[in-house]
Amino acid sequence: MKVININSSYNSEFVKEVEEESGQKLNLCYQCGKCTAGCPYTDEYDICVSQIMRLTQAGQKETVLKANSLWLCATCESCTARCPNQIDVARIMDVLRHMARREGYGGTGRVKTFWDSFLSSVKNNGRVFEVGLLVNYISHTGRFWTDIDLGPTMLPKGKIHFKPTEMQGKKEVEKIFMRFKEESAK
Amino acid sequence: MKIGVFVCHCGSNIEATVDTAAVAAAAREFPGVVFATDTMYTCSEPGQDEIVDAIKEHNLGGVVVASCTPRMHEQTFRRTVERAGLNKYLFEMANIREHVSWIGKDREANTNKSVDLVRMATEKLLRNRALHPKKFTINKRVLIIGGGVAGIQAALDCADGGLEVVMVEKTSTIGGKMAKLDKTFPTVDCSSCILGPRMVDVAQHPNITLYAYSEIEEIKGYVGNFEIKVKKKATYVDWKNCTGCGICMEKCPSKKATDTFNEEIGKTTAINIPFPQAIPKKAKIDPAFCTMLKKGKCGICAKVCPSGCIDYEMKDEFITEKVGAIVTATGFDLFDWTVYGEYGGGRYPDVITSLQYERMLSASGPTGGHIKRPSDGKEPKNVVFIQCVGSRDKSVGRPYCTGFCCMYTAKQAILTKDHLPQSQSYVFYMDIRATGKLYDEFTRRAMEEYDTNYIRGRVSMIYPKGDKLLVRGADTLMGTQVEVDADLVVLAVGAESSAGASELAEKLRISYDSYGFYMEGHPKLKPVETNTAGVYLAGACQGPKDIPSSVGQGSAAAAKVLGLFSKDQLESDPQVSIVDIKRCIGCGKCIQTCPFGAIKEIDFRGMVKADVIETICQGCGICTSTCPQGAVQLQHATDNQILSEVNALCQF
Amino acid sequence: MNTSLNYAYYPGCSSTGTSIEYDMSSRAVCAALDIKLNDVPDWSCCGSTPAHTVDHSLSSALSARNLNQVASIGMDSCITPCPSCLANLKTATHRMEDEAFRNKVNKLLDKPADTRVSTKSVLQILVEDYGIENIRKKVVRPLKGLVVGAYYGCILNRPAELMQFDDSEHPMAMDNIMEALGATVVPFPLKVECCGASFGIPRKDVVMRLSGKLLDTAHAIGAKALVTACPLCQMNLDMRQNQINHANGSHHNIPIFYFTQLLGLALGLTEKEMGMNKLCVSPRTLLDAMANEETIKEKAA
Repeated sequence: MKVININSSYNSEFVKEVEEESGQKLNLCYQCGKCTAGCPYTDEYDICVSQIMRLTQAGQKETVLKANSLWLCATCESCTARCPNQIDVARIMDVLRHMARREGYGGTGRVKTFWDSFLSSVKNNGRVFEVGLLVNYISHTGRFWTDIDLGPTMLPKGKIHFKPTEMQGKKEVEKIFMRFKEESAK
Repeated sequence: MKIGVFVCHCGSNIEATVDTAAVAAAAREFPGVVFATDTMYTCSEPGQDEIVDAIKEHNLGGVVVASCTPRMHEQTFRRTVERAGLNKYLFEMANIREHVSWIGKDREANTNKSVDLVRMATEKLLRNRALHPKKFTINKRVLIIGGGVAGIQAALDCADGGLEVVMVEKTSTIGGKMAKLDKTFPTVDCSSCILGPRMVDVAQHPNITLYAYSEIEEIKGYVGNFEIKVKKKATYVDWKNCTGCGICMEKCPSKKATDTFNEEIGKTTAINIPFPQAIPKKAKIDPAFCTMLKKGKCGICAKVCPSGCIDYEMKDEFITEKVGAIVTATGFDLFDWTVYGEYGGGRYPDVITSLQYERMLSASGPTGGHIKRPSDGKEPKNVVFIQCVGSRDKSVGRPYCTGFCCMYTAKQAILTKDHLPQSQSYVFYMDIRATGKLYDEFTRRAMEEYDTNYIRGRVSMIYPKGDKLLVRGADTLMGTQVEVDADLVVLAVGAESSAGASELAEKLRISYDSYGFYMEGHPKLKPVETNTAGVYLAGACQGPKDIPSSVGQGSAAAAKVLGLFSKDQLESDPQVSIVDIKRCIGCGKCIQTCPFGAIKEIDFRGMVKADVIETICQGCGICTSTCPQGAVQLQHATDNQILSEVNALCQF
Repeated sequence: MNTSLNYAYYPGCSSTGTSIEYDMSSRAVCAALDIKLNDVPDWSCCGSTPAHTVDHSLSSALSARNLNQVASIGMDSCITPCPSCLANLKTATHRMEDEAFRNKVNKLLDKPADTRVSTKSVLQILVEDYGIENIRKKVVRPLKGLVVGAYYGCILNRPAELMQFDDSEHPMAMDNIMEALGATVVPFPLKVECCGASFGIPRKDVVMRLSGKLLDTAHAIGAKALVTACPLCQMNLDMRQNQINHANGSHHNIPIFYFTQLLGLALGLTEKEMGMNKLCVSPRTLLDAMANEETIKEKAA
């Protein structure tokens, strides 16, 4: 365990940034744990969501942004829906992910790779191309056996297409991504 | 008039953001002011002496103190000037603390505003005149509204002190919430054993008149002379002759009536006596379930009643009582926890409230004191208690702490083990609030001796799994989610103001907070007074309270009433309206608008005129703004006085 | 009943692939009920969960492009069958009320976002605009003998302030529809529990655990089938049911319908129109049993 100096380790910039980007006031949290109590992903988390809230409140930037939990939250909103202090916890988790991405944390998780593959599919096709997404994901993770067992069932159902559906405005969508990249670089 | 002005620093409360010396200096230039100074604490003994000395030395005819709100110290300084021989109405206060220093940081702006307020006060004071109160006799009877433990205590203390007491109780028995409890913390003594005798005392005390199953319809009058209209709701049973034998209950065929006393754990009969120790022990018919009243068929209770008391034609009855003081002890109700969909919202029979659990624990309750699951009647093994349901929860509009749930939950956990030694209790809590005498020791005992498993965290969800309930919560100390397989879940439901509290407050003309709890006169110094003279508070109507605090307040309110009634006459406030008979045209508009009925029509040399009954007038001023002639003037706030203040403020 | 129900229709990406039967059945049901759907022209992906985990302005921009497409055909009322699309479109509209945020989003777009478009789910308009009582009147083939639980998933109803539909802890819309269609509805206790969402590919173990719990619960309460309103939920419970059985050692064989499929069936539409053959867990036995009930009843009559 690590002994934490509560004032010298407090990163006020971090706290301010989370509050501004999420529009939530962290000090409303009184650590009742109801978010953790309802979170279906606690089983997978390295730090439970109520402790993510506490660590964020306490300005422990490094510990928070390194947490695997950030990449395992599915935004199911049970924390937000039930918080007695009406804190949008799921939105804070989202904002922490944004910050972690910006600061280069959490780049190795499979969930993040999947999300990235998803977005690159959207960027290239304007819509999600499911097979393309899977291939992209497999190529990034090397997990070539992923869902291979489903093939025999799914193929005859006519649900799997090997070409993306064509849409006119896919350049418009791509431009959204390009502009986002430019804006983020500013 | 020679005026003296005293500008108070209030330590640093005012001086930190107001240049009091500058305010005093400015005041010296105002018309009439012959003396002005700033003082550290004007309300202190030397501060008051300074005023007395100045009055004598400078032969002052009036005094202005610029300090805090008149609610704080107007009475103090009025006594000070009286001590120096001035009439107490030749005094004005300028509030430069609450209205200036506490709400602004700009010293220059604050100083200027303070100067304005002092100028207004001096201009008004120049037009003040000596006023003299009248005396009136008082009715030394007291009304107690609510027959819970606080009301009972107040009633018995007043009655023992020799006062005539009228008690009005909404339900058909007194005893309130305490009568529903099995045991009380931290002594675990039997609730009805300690309350029962007090209830009997109320019934038997020669000085107490009890109206049960009655409500306050209307309140007129003022301190010393209230007139109360009481609605005695129809019970359909002649209580003069009802012996409480209970035969009607045995024979009543309508057995599905709502059992309010037992918190709907079971059902009761349409004609019922709520519980064996009820006071008065009289039957009443619930018209919503009585076949005779609904369909005109049945009539069995009338046939079996040995005293012939049943009267299906009975109507509500109205009674007028005259009293000199009122103690409000209307208690609390439980928050409607069914807003918590995640706890089942009332869909799961084995999720019950703490008060329902009390009825289950009580030997006189519907299960005869046996803990049984409502769903299948089985004894539970794992009992989960969830605290703060409707307390400390902004999302349901209840941000406050109810304050006593931690204690009764510990008690219920202890009792669970006593009833079912093989059982295991779990308590989900956020913080344990056990601040009374022997309270913390008690909650510790629940853990140390009764092996209650306390889990620090809220519960997010309850759902049925087979014949059990799965309770999913957090253990924030372990830092993870936890699940408990429960046989029974007891929700420590928080307290809210009792149903109808705000309507009653309006009849009493007392204020209430945004949750419907009544406002005390001062949060620290006037805990049982209200801002309406002669109306006092006792118990949880002012805010959630446990039994000892409620009893303490009952006694405190009684002491206040006894103190009030220690005088035979009270002084009326001379700040009342007076009619200038020469200007009055007898239009009667003031009579129509007066909310207190304090203005009557008189004949003056053959002409109709208005006349104010000084003891009834509350000085609200509505008549003065209604009068088309300016003939009615409120003393100490006349048109001239108010206009002089306006002119003093708007001189540029 | 409003006889001129008319909406822009945003099918969402999965409608072209894994949830094709949801799209087919939604369209067919609306047609059968005279609800006019106008396809959002050249719609694109809303960004789903991945976009909002990257940035809120990116997510809203991807949604806003579609809101603009809705406005381009002169409509301001859009419906979608998919809760994830719904949440994104609604969130975008809601957040863009804030001017600073809207400006940020507009920087990513070809033309400024149209914030007048409101979005609802197909389920919501069927319940609120069309009305369950009117649906009841249209039933020609009641779902007699079908014992079904309704599973809503995590984001269809929450957060309540945003979604503004039904009850966030105990939704009843699909329960009530199924009841109106003549099915026997068993209360499903985990109506709003998450199924594992989009973690099927990267973290199959999570879906096995969460969706497995849902199937166990459905089995325990005696539901012979579940109805869903979400492509992800349906996919996890249906397409992955075998994987779940394999991972958890269970033997579930619970058909997972889109509510629109059963609705269409009850309205007299064919199994083929409802894409019943697209389901992985075959509903054959259940559907035959229902048909039997029907014949028995007819014979009795």
